[in-house]
Amino acid sequence: MKKFMLDLIVKKNETLNNQYSLLILTSPEKLPEMLPGQFVEVRVDNSPSTFLRRPISINYVDYEKNELWLLIQIVGDGTRKMCELKEGEVLNLLIPLGNSFSLPENKAAKLLLVGGGVGIAPLLFMGSYLKERGYSCSFLLGGRSKDNLLQLCEFERFGDVYTTTEDGSHGERGFVTQHSLLNGSNFDLIYTCGPTPMMKAVASYATKTGTNCEVSLENTMACGIGSCLCCVTDTTEGHLCVCTEGPVFNITKLKWQI
Amino acid sequence: MANLNINIGKLQLKNPVLTASGTFGYGTEYSDFMDISRIGGIIVKGTTLRDRQGNPYPRMAETPSGMLNAVGLQNKGVDYFIENIYPTVKDVDTNIIVNVSGSTIEDYIITAEKLNDLDRIPGIELNISCPNVKEGGMAFGTSCISAAEVVKRVRRAYKNDLMVKLSPNVTDISEIARAVEAEGADSVSLINTLLGMAIDSEKRRPILSTITGGLSGPAVKPIALRMVWQVAQAVKIPVIGLGGIMNAADAIEFILAGASGIQIGTANFIDPTVSIKVIDGINDYLDRHGFKSITDIIGALE
Ligand SMILES: Cc1cc2nc3c(=O)[nH]c(=O)nc-3n(C[C@H](O)[C@H](O)[C@H](O)COP(=O)(O)OP(=O)(O)OC[C@H]3O[C@@H](n4cnc5c(N)ncnc54)[C@H](O)[C@@H]3O)c2cc1C
Ligand SMILES: Cc1cc2nc3c(=O)[nH]c(=O)nc-3n(C[C@H](O)[C@H](O)[C@H](O)COP(=O)(O)O)c2cc1C
Ligand code: FES
Repeated sequence: MKKFMLDLIVKKNETLNNQYSLLILTSPEKLPEMLPGQFVEVRVDNSPSTFLRRPISINYVDYEKNELWLLIQIVGDGTRKMCELKEGEVLNLLIPLGNSFSLPENKAAKLLLVGGGVGIAPLLFMGSYLKERGYSCSFLLGGRSKDNLLQLCEFERFGDVYTTTEDGSHGERGFVTQHSLLNGSNFDLIYTCGPTPMMKAVASYATKTGTNCEVSLENTMACGIGSCLCCVTDTTEGHLCVCTEGPVFNITKLKWQI
Repeated sequence: MANLNINIGKLQLKNPVLTASGTFGYGTEYSDFMDISRIGGIIVKGTTLRDRQGNPYPRMAETPSGMLNAVGLQNKGVDYFIENIYPTVKDVDTNIIVNVSGSTIEDYIITAEKLNDLDRIPGIELNISCPNVKEGGMAFGTSCISAAEVVKRVRRAYKNDLMVKLSPNVTDISEIARAVEAEGADSVSLINTLLGMAIDSEKRRPILSTITGGLSGPAVKPIALRMVWQVAQAVKIPVIGLGGIMNAADAIEFILAGASGIQIGTANFIDPTVSIKVIDGINDYLDRHGFKSITDIIGALE
């Protein structure tokens, strides 16, 4: 897939709460084609402590409105600067980067998308993509409290939504892997993105139940395009770059101790 | 339009801008963003005799105006390069130079010999300055005796252009430059990364898996510039300057300090098209100041 360096325009910057913002970007030109699971590398200007680009997942693409959505969690200066962007300002991106989630051949496959924290970002795009192609899926989303559960209305457009919070303020109390949904049902394929301990717990559930499972990794990156070899993860094929061979990996390829 | 052509050692370059090893892959990673054949030369990833997995993750830490890396020469080995990568880059109309590294002198020699017969590889860059490997690498480049020895032996085995990449982690870089010049290096390139360290105070742990790593980016530029200036006065062979070059003005500073060519490293991560912008910017500078050729400003510090 051809990659581009583009200046996109901030159409809207919606503060979701004091930790999260939704950036809606657009362009006078047609946005390039993108796949769910892919990400962009954002150049952050006017932040002296932010030297390298920041990798951010593609949260959603609305081709009709020519919109690209990025869901940002503030963790440091780079993400804070992104959340302070004003309407009309320009953001320079490398786009689209990385591989994508795979599609099962069987349209009747039972699909579960498990997300935690800001890791839900790529799952929204995946949900819309699946629905458009005639698949049906369920979402299981977790957070520390209800403030960390984002875009629930958006997710509901594309499938059933189940939630867990650690403090019980929304959905079932506990971690995603403790949700009752996982007791009864058998899924054919699980896609997951979130904090590493959560993804490992999901991978462990999938391994135990013999379920096919894809995870999206968030290793720190410098180039985002496979040239620096800084972002590697250990796999059955040796060190592979998360930015080009990933971010999505089937758990059977990873050397996780689960 | 000024004349940007320049000969450096046995290399004939269409302009003095090269991309630095380990920061530009094999060049093809960048071809979506620009016409990579416009670059004067592409120095590909560090290549060793045998396949190397490199160091464990994490290998990178961002630092003020720069970054630390500890990749540790991950590559599939020289035979893989010759069979699988060379065919994909050989038709790019620029100088493709292979950065060669090794754990022993024999490794360097055999790797260089294997590259001798590739028509479209006009030269190698001998990396005696990698700070991220346990054996070899920087160990060769931090003493005059071992630097001279490895260059002497590789010189006998390799007939094309031999550029030697120097480490800044030494007391006197000019001495090392003179030692490799005496053994037949066609040019020297400097600097490789400076040994550094980063700590995560919350976790009370080093950030890099290897604890220390190599510092690059604008943070190192003043040191690199000083070293290029010193070495340019110490040797007669051409000097290629690098370390923290982000734009054409930075590149021109190195050329004024005595560099015949420059390399762009870390800046490629921030703007994949930066090398083209530097070439155009050098041309504009020459036009603006009424110089006809790039050779007019090499070492032209007043
Ligand atoms: C493929 C990919 C997709 C991503 N998608 C999103 C997304 O959709 N939305 C979003 O908000 N974030 C996403 N991230 C994470 C995001 O890139 C980092 O949060 C961001 O780079 C932090 O920059 P900063 O300057 O704000 O913080 P910094 O000052 O750089 O770091 C602040 C703290 O966060 C930690 N940190 C920084 N980067 C990472 C990382 N990659 N993983 C774990 N910890 C990190 C640092 O160690 C530090 O403790 C993604 C990362 C990757 C690799
Ligand atoms: C991620 C990374 C990988 C590198 N790998 C190599 C390498 O394989 N061989 C080598 O000689 N130098 C390597 N270098 C050093 C660069 O080529 C260059 O000397 C250094 O980064 C300074 O230039 P800069 O500040 O423009 O990046 C690497 C640098 C980085 C950042
Ligand atoms: S971030 Fe550079 S190779 Fe992945």
